[in-house]
Amino acid sequence: MSEKVLMKGNEALAEAAIRAGCRLFFGYPITPQTEVSAYMSKRMPQVDGLFLQAESEVAAINMVYGAAGAGARVMTSSSSPGISLKQEGISYIAASDLPCLVVNIVRGGPGLGGIQPAQSDYFQAVKGGGHGDYHLVVLAPASVQELVDLTAEAFDIGDMYRVPVMIMGDGMLGQMMEPITFGEPKKRNLPEKTWATTGTAMQRKKNVVNSLYLTPEELEELNNERAKRYAAIEENEVKVELQQVEDADLVLVAYGVTARIAKTAAAIAREKGMKVGLIRPITLWPFPKKEIANAAKSAKCFLTVEMSQGQMVEDVRLAVNGAKPVHFYGRNGGIVPTPDEIVKEMEKLLGGANE
Amino acid sequence: MKKVFERPHALSDVTLHYCPGCTHGIVHRLVAEVIDELGIEGNTVGIASVGCSVFSYNYFECDMQEAAHGRAPAVATGVKRALRDKIVFTYQGDGDLAAIGTAETVHAATRGENITVIFINNTTYGMTGGQMAPTTLVGQVTQTTPYGRKTETQGYPINMSEMLATLEGTAYIERVAADSVQHIRAAKKAIKKAFETQIAGKGFSMVEVLSTCPTNWGLSPAESMQWLRDNMIPQYPLGVFKEKE
Repeated sequence: MSEKVLMKGNEALAEAAIRAGCRLFFGYPITPQTEVSAYMSKRMPQVDGLFLQAESEVAAINMVYGAAGAGARVMTSSSSPGISLKQEGISYIAASDLPCLVVNIVRGGPGLGGIQPAQSDYFQAVKGGGHGDYHLVVLAPASVQELVDLTAEAFDIGDMYRVPVMIMGDGMLGQMMEPITFGEPKKRNLPEKTWATTGTAMQRKKNVVNSLYLTPEELEELNNERAKRYAAIEENEVKVELQQVEDADLVLVAYGVTARIAKTAAAIAREKGMKVGLIRPITLWPFPKKEIANAAKSAKCFLTVEMSQGQMVEDVRLAVNGAKPVHFYGRNGGIVPTPDEIVKEMEKLLGGANE
Repeated sequence: MKKVFERPHALSDVTLHYCPGCTHGIVHRLVAEVIDELGIEGNTVGIASVGCSVFSYNYFECDMQEAAHGRAPAVATGVKRALRDKIVFTYQGDGDLAAIGTAETVHAATRGENITVIFINNTTYGMTGGQMAPTTLVGQVTQTTPYGRKTETQGYPINMSEMLATLEGTAYIERVAADSVQHIRAAKKAIKKAFETQIAGKGFSMVEVLSTCPTNWGLSPAESMQWLRDNMIPQYPLGVFKEKE
């Protein structure tokens, strides 16, 4: 099917997951991602799949662990406070080398926070969240179409490297409707899940899904083996959009829907004669360090824009590594920055830099 | 020469790490014998939990998953829903099942999740050195109830079998004990019945096994068996609490 349909982000994501072969969804209601569950509860029975509403986020992610360990394509979705509850399970899933998809439709925090869009879960998503040395691959779509495209990709990346993958959207992306097409996702050559606990059928040695290793040497060796896969992900899976970076004095760095607002701000700035470019990380982990470091050679400064008090800006600073100043502008608590606010910030910075 | 006794195939040929006199070894063997007798080893996925029995994934020959503390029924749900024709069981202690995992236990039961739970009740947290469990008896001394469990501050022991039997989703609930030959025979029958309940697709089945912890109780293995009889059975009566036709 390739005709255009108008769909809400949360529902498009759910449909894309089903088309990517996901037949098991375990969730728990929370605003602003509840439409994912509602859609799944209607659609899954039509494709002989399963929607199960768990008793808690904790239970839901552990159901994901069980199903992923059994070799199934499986997902859960939630929003910030619920994702905090899932962190225990996410750490176990990463430690047991299980692929799965976790969706976070981020809302304002901390605590119960609010239900309006935010990007304040960046640290939690890319720096761990749960305990131990591990990474999630974190994908940050900026449109409903990209959300659809990245959903299939997320499952494939997970299966390819045996890692959990997170799609991080926000309340706006989840709730807004845009015209989309469900294309044929490009096929990856995925390894067979020979490690899955599907029953031995008395034909092979037993498989064990586990993250307990009491011998430090054994645990270190396994962690280091996983780190090699993380290195391969950093090498092969970075996705980033660059716009007019070559001649830019100021490079905006923003992800998700904030990047769309930043794009409008960049266009306004160009009209006003300011040389502004944009770097939009599509993968938040792995982070597009090379592209940012490269831009630091020609740009005079960076301005990171986020719906937070400043989280991704730390990774931008690490990538720039002191070569140029990295500034920050953000709104939080569910407030979305406007293009005019961003333009004003750029005028302040370039006014100083140009004169 | 005819072999009259051997290790069940479903029980791995390794040395168990359990303390002398602990009844985990007995219950492991019973589960393995049942798996052998029903011929389901190749078709079964077991879920180990956190506590003394954490290494049960090393002791059963079927495919195994190790769950986070208390989450075994949720993990089992994930496996069972992904592999509808497989037999799925959890093996959990009382801290795991009746404290940190109460929600997962109750909801797997009320959903009528078609899994089998083997529940070891020894009234204490064994692995961490004998702290109070939800199942600790009133007055019982543990590391965290040095003056004995007082109802004013620590409440009452929880009778999981009775509680779960009230739920519509449960199909078979029995409490047995591992303290004597007679009781161990009855325990095996109950475990077999629980697996058969799952095979028949009837819903949630659980066998609670009253067990001993000589190390943390500070008793010899023989004294522990007697302590179980004298103190645990009055609080936790043996019997079938639920059997769906």
